[in-house]
Order: sequence, then C-alpha cells, then structure tokens
Amino acid sequence: MNDAVIELKDIRKKYRMGDIEVNALNGISMVIQRGEFVSVMGSSGSGKSTLMNILGCLDRPTDGEYLLEGINVQSLSGDEFARVRNRKIGFVFQVFNLLPRTTALENVELPLLYNREISLNDSKQKAMDALTRVGLKDRMYHEPNKLSGGQQQRVAIARALITSPSLILADEPTGNLDSRTSEDIMLIFKELNESGITIILVTHENDIASWAGRILFMKDGRITSDNAGKGHYRKNNGSLLSGGNGEET
Amino acid sequence: MKLTNTIKIAFKNLIKNKMRSVLTSLGVIIGVGSVIVMVAVGTGSQQKIKNQIASLGSNLLIISQNRERTGGVFLSGDTNRLTLDDAENIKKYAPSVRWASPFIQNGAQVIADGQNWNTSVYGVSPDFINIRDWEISDGSFFTEADNRVKKKVAVLGKTVADQLFPGQDPIGMTIRVRNVPFRVLGVLAAKGKNSFGMDQDDLVMAPAATVMTRLSGSRFIRSIYVSAWSEKLMSTCETEIKEAMRISHKLKPGQGDDFTIGTQDEIIQMATSTAVTLTLLLGAIAGVSLLVGGIGIMNIMLVSVTERTREIGLRMAVGARGKDILMQFLIEALVLSIVGGLLGIILAVIISLGLNIFTSINAIINVGIIILSFLFSGSVGVFFGFFPARKAARLDPIDALKYE
Ligand SMILES: Nc1ncnc2c1ncn2[C@@H]1O[C@H](COP(=O)(O)OP(=O)(O)OP(=O)(O)O)[C@@H](O)[C@H]1O
Ligand SMILES: [Mg+2]
Repeated sequence: MNDAVIELKDIRKKYRMGDIEVNALNGISMVIQRGEFVSVMGSSGSGKSTLMNILGCLDRPTDGEYLLEGINVQSLSGDEFARVRNRKIGFVFQVFNLLPRTTALENVELPLLYNREISLNDSKQKAMDALTRVGLKDRMYHEPNKLSGGQQQRVAIARALITSPSLILADEPTGNLDSRTSEDIMLIFKELNESGITIILVTHENDIASWAGRILFMKDGRITSDNAGKGHYRKNNGSLLSGGNGEET
Repeated sequence: MKLTNTIKIAFKNLIKNKMRSVLTSLGVIIGVGSVIVMVAVGTGSQQKIKNQIASLGSNLLIISQNRERTGGVFLSGDTNRLTLDDAENIKKYAPSVRWASPFIQNGAQVIADGQNWNTSVYGVSPDFINIRDWEISDGSFFTEADNRVKKKVAVLGKTVADQLFPGQDPIGMTIRVRNVPFRVLGVLAAKGKNSFGMDQDDLVMAPAATVMTRLSGSRFIRSIYVSAWSEKLMSTCETEIKEAMRISHKLKPGQGDDFTIGTQDEIIQMATSTAVTLTLLLGAIAGVSLLVGGIGIMNIMLVSVTERTREIGLRMAVGARGKDILMQFLIEALVLSIVGGLLGIILAVIISLGLNIFTSINAIINVGIIILSFLFSGSVGVFFGFFPARKAARLDPIDALKYE
C-alpha cells in the first residue's frame, strides 16, 4: 500500500443531460501500485473513458476521493491540475492526436514546452531519445501524414513518455490499428512497463488485455471483476513471460 | 510556458498557414498604410500652403478691412474701408515699417498689337516689389511720383510679356486694359510656378491710384501690405500700425478697430485650417479601415480556434494551462497585427516616396503617426485577438479532444 500510484475511494461521476441524470461512475474504489500494468475492459458505455479522464486529471469526479501518489488531487486548482498532467501523466489516444504539419520530433517535444524547467536544447535531446526508444529514430523529421498508423501511435507514445511520467493512460490505443501493428504497440507498452512505468490501458480486445498483469472489468460504472492477467505472452516469438511484472524466463 | 516558446509556436502556426496569415494581415497592412499615407499627404499640403505664404515675403503684415458683422449686416460703411491715405499714414506714423504698399487686384483682358491675354492687374506702390521680393529684369518699375499723378504706366509679368509681345521688346510699347492705354515701363523677372502649380508671372502691375481711377472706379483698396524692418520688430510694428490706423480712421477711444492686421502666422493658420481638418478626416477614415482589419483578425482567429479545437484539447491534456492557450492565441493575433503594421509602414513609405517623385502631390511622412499607427495596430491585435483567445482558453479539454 505504501507505494500506491493511484488510490480511488468511492469515485462517482454523474452527467446531467437536461432532466436525465447519467451515472457514468457508480462508486469505484481501487488501488494501483507502482509498476503495475492494468487493462480495463467492459462494454461500450460502461464508464471506461470517464474513469480514464478522472485518473488523467482531465475531469473531476462528482464524489469520492482520488489520491495520485498520495496527493489528493481534488483540492488542486485548474493550473495545478494542468501541472499534474504535464509532470505525472502521459496520454495515449485511440486517434493518436498528433499535430498535423508538425514533425514527429516537435510533436514529441510538445509536453516539454509547457515545462519551464527544461531548456529547448534539453527538450530536443529528450524527444530524440524518446523517439529512439519507440524505434522511430529514422522518422524524426516526418510529419504525421507521412507516417503509418502504427508509427503515428508510436510517436504518440514517445510524446507520453517524454516527461518520464509516473503513469501512462492509454484509451483504446490499438483501436485503430490492425492486429500485427497492435502487437508492436503492445510490445512497446510492455517494455515501458518493464522499465517501471505504471500503465493503465482500456481495450475491447481480450488479446490486448491479456498483455497486462491485471485486468479490470467494468459494467454500469462499477468494477465487476479484478483479476490477474491470464498470462503475459509475446505472440511474435511465442515465448511466455512469467507472472509479476514481466521477467523473462 | 516560456514566452519565447509561445512566440515561437505562434510564428510556426502562422507560417503553416502562410496564405491565410497574409490575407488576414492585409486588412491591417492596408489600414496602417492608408492612415500613414493620408496623414502624409495632408501634412504635405499644409506644408505647401505654409511655404506659399512664407514666400509672400519676410516680416509681412497684411492690413485688411474688418469684416465683422452684426446681425448679418456689414458694420463697415464706406467710411471705414481702406484707402490710399491709410497706406500713407502707416508709413508716416509707424517707424518700424520699412515698406508699405496698397493692394488692389482686378481681373482684366489686356490687349496689345492684336494679341490679347486674360490676366490680373495689380494696383500697387513701388514698395510692393520689395515686400514681395520681385526683381525687374528689363526696364524699370514705376515711381512714387507716377503713383501720385496717376500715370498710365505698367510693368508686365514675364508670361504676359511673352504672350503680348512674342519675340519683341515690350519696353515703351502700349497695352490696353479696358480701353485704357498703359505704357510698358519694364518686365518682371520670372518667378515660375508656385507650389500649387499656379503661374506667378501671369500679372500686370500698375500704380494703385491709376488702377483705382481708371479701372476699378473705386476709392477703396483691398488691403495694405507692410514689411517690418526686422523679425524682432514685428510686434512693435503691429502696435504702431494699429495706432496709425486708428488715427487715420479717426477712431475715438472705446471704439473698436474697424480693420484687422494679419501676421504671417495667422494667415498660415487660417489657410491651413482646412488642410488640417482634411488631414484629420482622411486619417479618421483610414483609421476605420484599420479597425475593419482588426475585425478581420478576430474573424480568422475565431475560425482558427474552431479548426484547432482538437489541438487545443491535446495541448491542455499534455499540460497547457488556460493562460498558456490564451497567450498563444493572443500572441498569434498580435503577430498578425504587428507584422501587418510593419508591412503597412513599409508600404506607406514606398507610396509616399512614389507620390513625391512621380506626382505633384507632396507627402510628408510623420514619424509620430508611424509610431501611433503601429501602436494602434498592436492594440487592434490584442483587442480583437482577446475574444477568440479567451474562447480557446475556456475550452474543456475532454470536449475539445472529442471535437469532430
Ligand atoms: N459529457 C458527457 N455528458 C453526458 N453523458 C456522458 C458524457 N460523457 C460520457 N457520458 C455517458 O457516460 C457513460 C460512460 O461513457 P464512457 O465514454 O465512459 O463509456 P466507455 O466505457 O468509454 O465506452 P466506449 O467503450 O464506447 O468508449 C455513457 O453512458 C455516456 O453516454
Ligand atoms: Mg471510451
């Protein structure tokens, strides 16, 4: 418990649409430890994205308590919220969300522009390192429209990890990719996780979910099951990984 | 975010949309450019008028009859209009006056030797050529004595001499003005065109007394031209003339002046006042176009915010605060307007130079107006950029990321 990245206590989120009230989250309580790789599954409309938005400090719950690395984020101001997103969280989206007509390098640099403590030179170096890490060293100066979907998502991952976040949140990161490319992407997530980064990933596919060490199922804004992953395997070379946080056998 | 980063991002975004940025700035370019050119042309014509009046002569005072009215009726009856005696009295009683000359002007057809020419006939005294800085190129000017005996003599301006006596020496010849014969004594040296393009040599000068009796048939003169001994004596001169005129018109203490003394400065002010009004008017109209340019910026910025909603959402997700987004869009608007302003200044300078070189329009670039219109274009950017920028800054990141 002492190294929890995320602690949720009875988180609720209500949306009002005119007279109708939607309970998108209906009392979520959970703890995620540093270094975990968690998959979130569940049918459409079960509240996965709502939960991710709250975890990512993009949105505030209607009720409940959220501790991020021990800090109660409800009490933070809007600017502090932005700072938390900038320093502690990396986002990966289904639709990549890269800036058009902007090189991969500059896309990756983006979060560092909002960090006063990092000089332009440093940020360029860090962006290069991040791109190298996702295997796009030779595509640094490509613009998004000259990259494949998988490559674009790798740029987005590089952008998420450039700030060395405590947490990477990925909402259906492989939703727009074919299964082969999805595997490449999952491999990158796996490697990041092995290097110690906590990852929470939303997916509809069992194959993808099974890369994680822990799988949450959601239904109607509640977590209905919370299981260890079925097994952490790499399909591409067939070798099995042991449990825990992925030491190769 | 650091300001330098913000500025860098703003420039990058504007360069990505080159065509649109240029078109957006065009409003400001034209606005700033026209403000500067309009004011330059206005200032130029004021300067022209000033030069024109300064060229009337140095240390000049012009006495004219008081045109003050009560109830729509001119107060001045025949008694208090200006006469030749007034001019004499000024010379007699005002010691700081160096030269004084009566002045009458009549338009007339001048005939000589089968040629005829429409020109102005000036009735003056010999002092007039000193006051107005004329030279005699041929023959001589008439004298005070000629003036006293109303001799029918005349001196021709160069243009008139050329028109009436082409290829001939006019000295000693006779010209007829309204059937009155005048003997030509001399020809004035050419002065050329004045700054309004008017021919200054298109005139005939004759003794004032002669012109009054023979041509205008009036006892009165239009005005009296006076030149003081020196610039320093101008105000002394004015008081002395005032005294002299009051004596000449036999005004009792307590009675108001029935004449006005115009100094050169006053004349300049009067003459330029319309030009000043015109300058302000033109500048204001041009200012409106600058405002329209600002609205153009706002329009494009609003479109840009809508188009880039996703980008804004993403920037917020990776840590941009509301004020970072606000600054980014504000600076984009500011860059558009400032770059537009700079280009407008360059355009205005080129146009003004062109006007000066290729046309007779005189445009004087005013540094104050350049600075003012530049600052104004900057404020236009901030003012019209603020609303779209605030709209961007207030977006909800989740909604923005979902925006289609
Ligand atoms: N801004 C909103 N206003 C009103 N209702 C909302 C809003 N956002 C989400 N909801 C509702 O909250 C519920 C949960 O939505 P959420 O997007 O979290 O589902 P999800 O599990 O991510 O679904 P999917 O798998 O399709 O992405 C849904 O019923 C949805 O209609
Ligand atoms: Mg979703």
